[in-house]
Formats: sequence, structure tokens, C-alpha cells
Amino acid sequence: MTTSDDLPIKSNSDVVLVRQHVRTAAVNVGLSLVDQTKVVTAASELARNALVYAGGGQVRIEIVNNGIRKGLRLAFSDTGPGIPDIPQALTDGWTTGGGLGLGLSGSRRLVDEFDLQSAPGEGTLITVTKWAR
Amino acid sequence: MGVTLSVHADAGRRRIEELLQENEEPVFKRWLEIAGSSSSGHVDRGSLIGQLRELYQAVHQSLGESSDSSDLRGLLAELSRSRARQGFTPTETATVVFGLKEALYEVVENDGSPEALRGFVWFSRVIDELGLFTMESYAAAREKIIIDQAEQLLELSTPVVKLWEGIVAVPLVGTLDSARTQVVMEKLLQTLVDTGSEHAVIDITGVPAVDTQVAQHLLKTVVAARLMGAECVISGIRPQIAHTIVTLGIEFGDIVTKASLADALAHALRQSGIEFVKHRGTRIAVRTVEE
Repeated sequence: MTTSDDLPIKSNSDVVLVRQHVRTAAVNVGLSLVDQTKVVTAASELARNALVYAGGGQVRIEIVNNGIRKGLRLAFSDTGPGIPDIPQALTDGWTTGGGLGLGLSGSRRLVDEFDLQSAPGEGTLITVTKWAR
Repeated sequence: MGVTLSVHADAGRRRIEELLQENEEPVFKRWLEIAGSSSSGHVDRGSLIGQLRELYQAVHQSLGESSDSSDLRGLLAELSRSRARQGFTPTETATVVFGLKEALYEVVENDGSPEALRGFVWFSRVIDELGLFTMESYAAAREKIIIDQAEQLLELSTPVVKLWEGIVAVPLVGTLDSARTQVVMEKLLQTLVDTGSEHAVIDITGVPAVDTQVAQHLLKTVVAARLMGAECVISGIRPQIAHTIVTLGIEFGDIVTKASLADALAHALRQSGIEFVKHRGTRIAVRTVEE
């Protein structure tokens, strides 16, 4: 069973909405409370990144199945300026937006699979997956 | 627009005005029926009749020589506002206006003259415009309600409570965004001054997720309180939040954090030199023995 849910990210209240949808999906997948909180926090970070650095974007929330386990896959896409130096962006403490610089690198640690595609001028696509244990 | 056309249009317009005047009772009755059926159960018939009667007069007036529609618009805006507040759907609200078109159409059909039909096309456009105006007023009223509620929520959700002489607490519930943190910070700092407190507890039991932004806001609040000479304790860190914070890599440094508000209060009391002694009370056991 695969269900998907597309949400726009255009304002701060959309970030809250994304969080709520991700939480509902995480409960449906059967993630533990700790994993729910982790994936919701990662969603919050990535959604805010899309908002702050690209002026907005969208997220696709998908429930996936690899035959053995169910999982939650989130794809954040934007058409913003893109990331020129990906390894640098994934370094703890590196920020260009006045934050703590842990959003992107921390999100990678919060989820099981993390895929980042980005090039300057071509926007950013980040796909993360969290599997139920 | 050609001269002939405007003459035709004028004739049609006059005919519609006449029809509205001559058939006031049947048209009004039919309109009431349509408007009433769309909003059944919400509104009492008496007030609906009153509203529609006023509107009918205003519509008629706006079609006349003076063509002054400010009264009509005022009435419609008022109607939309009150309906938005009472929880009517947009359809229910718009149908009130569009109902007049349908009600008049039956009269126009019976009349059958080309002027009346031409006039009806014009009238229909007027009603459409009024319908859109109604919708705009309705949306504006709804928006206003939402903004008011958001403001109320901001006020409601940030109480600063006094736990003890010199100890205040801020129980945070819900999402912490920049606007709310601003309000919380201002309130907390002001309360610290007003009460002369040296200890503050920020309780985040009700915050569903702590991401880097929330953490940053919390850190800033604590640093600001410190600048004023107060020590902050962050309490209400649940296991899943602790897990997430560690994984994210956020460091709270030398800020004291506690699992529960009770622990935080105990810590603050200890810091201010207040000690509690547990008394061992005398226990009396009462037993009935059945023979």
C-alpha cells in the first residue's frame, strides 16, 4: 500500500502543517514514539530550510514498503538557488542563515536514508526515509 | 457602446425596475423561499424576512435613477460579516444574493417582452457583481476572525506563573515560532523584573518537537534572562525529545535541564537555599477483629 500526500511550503504555518501531517503518517506507519519525534523534527528542519533558503517549496509524504518493513519517505523539493558546496553544507555548525547550523547535518542523523541532490541554480531535492523497526 | 444599444439597455433596465416594483410580493416570496431553503436550520425566519426586505428595498433603490448602491453594499457587507461569524458556508451566504436572480427570472419569463429579457441579462450581471462583493466581504470577515484568534492564542498560550517567592515558570504549549518566542521572552523578562525573581523555569512538556530553531530560541531566552541576573532551568524534556536533541547535535552547554517541572522547582529551591525536610509521621493502624 502506497499513499502519498503533497503539501506546499510557503509560510511558517505551512511548516507546522507539514509537521502535523508527518506525525500522522509516522503513527500510521507504526514508528515508535522516539522515531516519530525524530522524523517529525527532521521534517521540520528540512521544510524550514526550503522556506528560508529557497523561499518555499513542497514536500511529498509517502508511506513505502520494502517487503519486510514499512517506512515513511519524505521528498522535499524547491526551485531555489541550490547548494554550491554539499559537503560543506552537511558540516555541523555551518550556516549561512543565522541558525545553529545543525538542521541539514542533524536531519541526516535523524533518519535512516538521506539523499541530497542539488546544483547551483537548479534547486534542491532532499529525500529521506525512516523505516519502522 | 452604440447609442441604440444603450437605449435598449436603458429600456430593459427600466422594465426590470417596473417588474421589481409591480411584482414585489411574489418575487419577494419566492426569494425568501430560495434563501430560506439554502440556510435552513441556521437562521430564524423572522430575521431572514427582515434582512431580505431591507435588501430588496436597497436593490430596488440602486436600480433607480440615482443608482446609488452604497446602501446596498453596506447591507450586503453586514450580512456577509454576520453570516461568516455565525458559521454559514460560503454557498449559503452567496445563495441569498443569487436567489433574487432566480426569483425574478420567473416573473421575466411570464412577461416575455424583449425589454424584460434584455434587462434581465443586465440585471443578472448586477447580481453577479453583488454576489462577488458578498463573497469578498465574507472572506474578509473570516480572515479577520482567524487573525483575531491567532492573536488571542498568542496571548493565551504564554502565561508566566509564580511558583515560589523568587521563582517563576513559563509552561510552553504548542509550536514555538519566532513570534511566540518573542512574546514569551518579553513576558518572562518583564516578570523577572516585576517580581524580582532570580530563578526561572521554562517548561517545554507541551512542545511537541524541539528542532534547531526552537532550541535556538530557547538558548536566546536563557541568555537574555542571564543578562538580567536570573538563572534559567529548562524542564519537561521527555525521553524522545532528549533522543532527538542528542541526534541533532544541539548542545545546551551549561544550562540546567530537568525531566520534570517538579525536579526543576526542587533545583531552584535548593539554589535559593530553601530546604525541605521530610517528617516521619506517627502511623496509627486501626484494625477490627472479627470474633
